[in-house]
Amino acid sequence: MQQRTPLYQQHLQAGAKFVEFAGWSMPLHYGSQLEEHHRVRRDAGVFDVSHMLVVDVIGARATDYLRFMLANDVARLTEYGDALYTCMLNERGGVIDDLIVYRLADVRYRLVFNAGCADKDLAWLQRQGGGFEVTITPRRDLAMLAVQGPGARMKVLNLLRSGDQDLAQGLTTFEGAEIGDWFVARTGYTGEDGFEIMLPGGEAPSLWRRLLDSGVAPAGLGARDTLRLEAGLNLYGQDMDETVTPLESGLGWTVAWAPAEREFIGRRALELQRERGIERKLVGLVLEARGVLRAGQTVRVDGQPAGVLTSGSFSPTLDAAIGLARVPASVAVGARVEVDIRGKYLPARVVKPPFVRHGQVLV
Amino acid sequence: MSNAPDDLRYAKSHEWARLEDDGTVTVGITDYAQAALGDLVFVETPEIGRVVSAGEACAVVESVKAASDIYAPVSGEIVDTNPDLANSPEVINSDPYGGGWIMRIRPSDPSELDQLLDADSYLELTSEQD
Repeated sequence: MQQRTPLYQQHLQAGAKFVEFAGWSMPLHYGSQLEEHHRVRRDAGVFDVSHMLVVDVIGARATDYLRFMLANDVARLTEYGDALYTCMLNERGGVIDDLIVYRLADVRYRLVFNAGCADKDLAWLQRQGGGFEVTITPRRDLAMLAVQGPGARMKVLNLLRSGDQDLAQGLTTFEGAEIGDWFVARTGYTGEDGFEIMLPGGEAPSLWRRLLDSGVAPAGLGARDTLRLEAGLNLYGQDMDETVTPLESGLGWTVAWAPAEREFIGRRALELQRERGIERKLVGLVLEARGVLRAGQTVRVDGQPAGVLTSGSFSPTLDAAIGLARVPASVAVGARVEVDIRGKYLPARVVKPPFVRHGQVLV
Repeated sequence: MSNAPDDLRYAKSHEWARLEDDGTVTVGITDYAQAALGDLVFVETPEIGRVVSAGEACAVVESVKAASDIYAPVSGEIVDTNPDLANSPEVINSDPYGGGWIMRIRPSDPSELDQLLDADSYLELTSEQD
């Protein structure tokens, strides 16, 4: 039996085509994935992301614990509500998962992990947590909605009470605020402005209905994937996993090297790799012929197989195929490579992601 | 509920085939298939003049989600492909049995059409898969 979010009935009513994702029955689209994609880029869409794993970490030494557990440094979260994107690494520097961590209060943090990694993430958190005496609480009672697009914030603000409105309106990018038992954050996974809202599961259907009534389009995991790819955001399990490090995954910027005395799991492996230099890196590709890039296709450099597409799709905004590829570190942005698509070697241009941000094509 | 016109024949792999007055067979994918695939963004049609066998993969349709092979429902020579698909693959979603046709085959053995499913049998097949 697949798990269902508190919004399953709402998805049915909205005509969702469902897909199994990490043990959850989730909406793939509600008729047209392309239309949902464009709605988010041009106005506003809402994604049910209640399948994601929300974990609260509480305890006097919660900051020390997370500084040890995560490659980015939660000490950078100086204000309550501040958010940080980070990887959680194993000792070899491999990526166990990527996540957003919010500092809710002095010694209270909220971590949002990928649904597909939920079991291993929790086990890892528990295993390392002993010495720090932190309380690690999965928040399966919460639903999570991502309202994204240039019109998303205004549409959400209009649904809040006036006092709450001011609080949410004042949020800067990567900042959130607790509003009663809701948590509203200006984060997302689409390359557009918007809010992610965590709230008690029982209250989610009413918020969902009010969002739809305000003209927010329901959007499925299909559009979420093309939006995140255009935004140059990695998908765990495709673009990185435990066999590669953040440095090989275009995520070097998320590793907080300073202060040098901060120990975190994976640090030594990363330092060694940084000294020696990485052999592979993640780049963006734009196909310069007709066709569609797909994960698993071979990238040829100077006529030889040299890399692999980790993500690929049709980009509705560019009206061209785009992808992320792991290639030799010597491949420069601007270079031409070839992609093997059903035995044909089609030309592609190497670019630096993102492809699209705030509705604008950047490549 | 997908639709399947009575005057067409159907392959289990979700292609439709229509015998034209000039003896050629027009081929496309069914309404059920386009709905299952989702928004189509690219179609790779075969070379005109290529000779194919019934059941041979000879075209590819790609949705945002995935690529799918299209199989020739009958043996013969490809005599035409739909030029509109290069710029408007989505016409397969909006009009699978009309403007969304993919290719025309001059059949080497028109009796192969009789081995395909009729509309009722095809709808029965797809209702089992739903």
